[in-house]
Amino acid sequence: MANAKEIKTVLFGPVFANNPIALQVLGICSALAVTTKMDTALVMCFALTFVVAFSNLFISMIRNHIPSSVRIIVQMTIIASLVIVVDQFLKAFAYDLAKQLSVFVGLIITNCIVMGRAEAYAMKSSPGMSFLDGIGNGLGYSVVLLVVAFIRELGGSGSLFGVQIMPLLSEGGWYQPMGFLLIAPSAFIIIGLFIWVLRTYRPEQVEKA
Amino acid sequence: MSSNNDTISKTLIVVVSLCLVCAIVVSTAAVQLRPKQNQNKLLDSQVNILRSVGLIEGKASPQEIAEKFEKHVESRLVNLETGEIVADCDKACAKAYDYRRAMKDPEQSTALDGATDVASIRRIAELAPVYLTYDEDRNLQSVVLPVHGYGLWSTMHAFLALQPDGNTIIGLNYYEQGETPGLGAEIENERWKAQFKGKKLTKDGGVVGLEVKKPGNANPDSDYEVDGLSGATLTANGVQNTFTFWIGENGFGPFLAKVRQGALNNG
Repeated sequence: MANAKEIKTVLFGPVFANNPIALQVLGICSALAVTTKMDTALVMCFALTFVVAFSNLFISMIRNHIPSSVRIIVQMTIIASLVIVVDQFLKAFAYDLAKQLSVFVGLIITNCIVMGRAEAYAMKSSPGMSFLDGIGNGLGYSVVLLVVAFIRELGGSGSLFGVQIMPLLSEGGWYQPMGFLLIAPSAFIIIGLFIWVLRTYRPEQVEKA
Repeated sequence: MSSNNDTISKTLIVVVSLCLVCAIVVSTAAVQLRPKQNQNKLLDSQVNILRSVGLIEGKASPQEIAEKFEKHVESRLVNLETGEIVADCDKACAKAYDYRRAMKDPEQSTALDGATDVASIRRIAELAPVYLTYDEDRNLQSVVLPVHGYGLWSTMHAFLALQPDGNTIIGLNYYEQGETPGLGAEIENERWKAQFKGKKLTKDGGVVGLEVKKPGNANPDSDYEVDGLSGATLTANGVQNTFTFWIGENGFGPFLAKVRQGALNNG
């Protein structure tokens, strides 16, 4: 088993140093779609973290037996099964949220982060470390998603987790909501700003021209 | 990776056993959780019916929903063409009726042509469920109709609750739609839905009277005018079309005509 420092790198590296969305620019699609509200974003984060962690674990466990000719299909089968299980659980225990997330839970199957980690890390590493790598990347994804959702829900609806923070003008308050934040392009801009801030703070992330 | 992984037999063994394991996991999850999911779906439609009548406001526990629904609501099927309640279909049979499936099933529905299909819903089921709600003394309180129509991006589903006169709106509850968040999706906004309360569907002689105006143009004293949504003209048009269609001859028109004559009072 690896030492403590390596575990720390694997687990927390993807949060800022090697963030899957900000540095690798993977998994953008769901980051646009489910971030109008904090609660849907949070559920999506849990779902994705669960899927990456366990798909990494299972793929790593059988990595020495996967024929290289069909390895992508094998990975997809495992990922897809996990996603369906998550989707079924959400429909049974968080019906309202599952209704709002609709197809986006299913689309975790095609989320590049999951495939990317399976192919890049789990195929070469031990199950324990792969599992941690999955959690780490899930966290990295979650940080970006929650930041984006925070800005979009607060600015676009004046609320957080559905609780009204700033009373809206239309309901007798003072806040005129920014409707633009509720539509998908705003997430692009917020993610862009996030990447800008992160790369200003960590110049080594800037790609060479 | 050892090289003998790539022989045909090893590949087949790995792939087949993996599929088998995954299939078992997925189907177990699906089968085990199905009863719970179906219950969720049922509760979801029940709570939306109760909300349209105003029997439930805000959140409610599953027990409360089931209890209130059982106590106050009776489902019935209506033949849309004749407007008659299907006599040999009791409460249980109406409850078991799958309206969404019937809408798509060619044997249980009819296609609409361009001129009559005002709400762009393509097909209409021959039988539609209606929900009659009663107060404690078994007096008819309201008639709830399921309506749907196409907005800008999506089919918008709602329950429309009417007083026993078949003309005055008690409540309109949009509960399923995929319109633009913050603009068209505001049809789910409680304040917007509230302005339908007390409005009348038809003017004298059964002409559709309800009108979704441009935002700010509706006369609050009018019996028929409601404000649309700013930035969501096409969604508001969809709402208008939904009303026009479902109140009209091809929708619940014949049934509502019978309700107005008092068809429900002796049943």
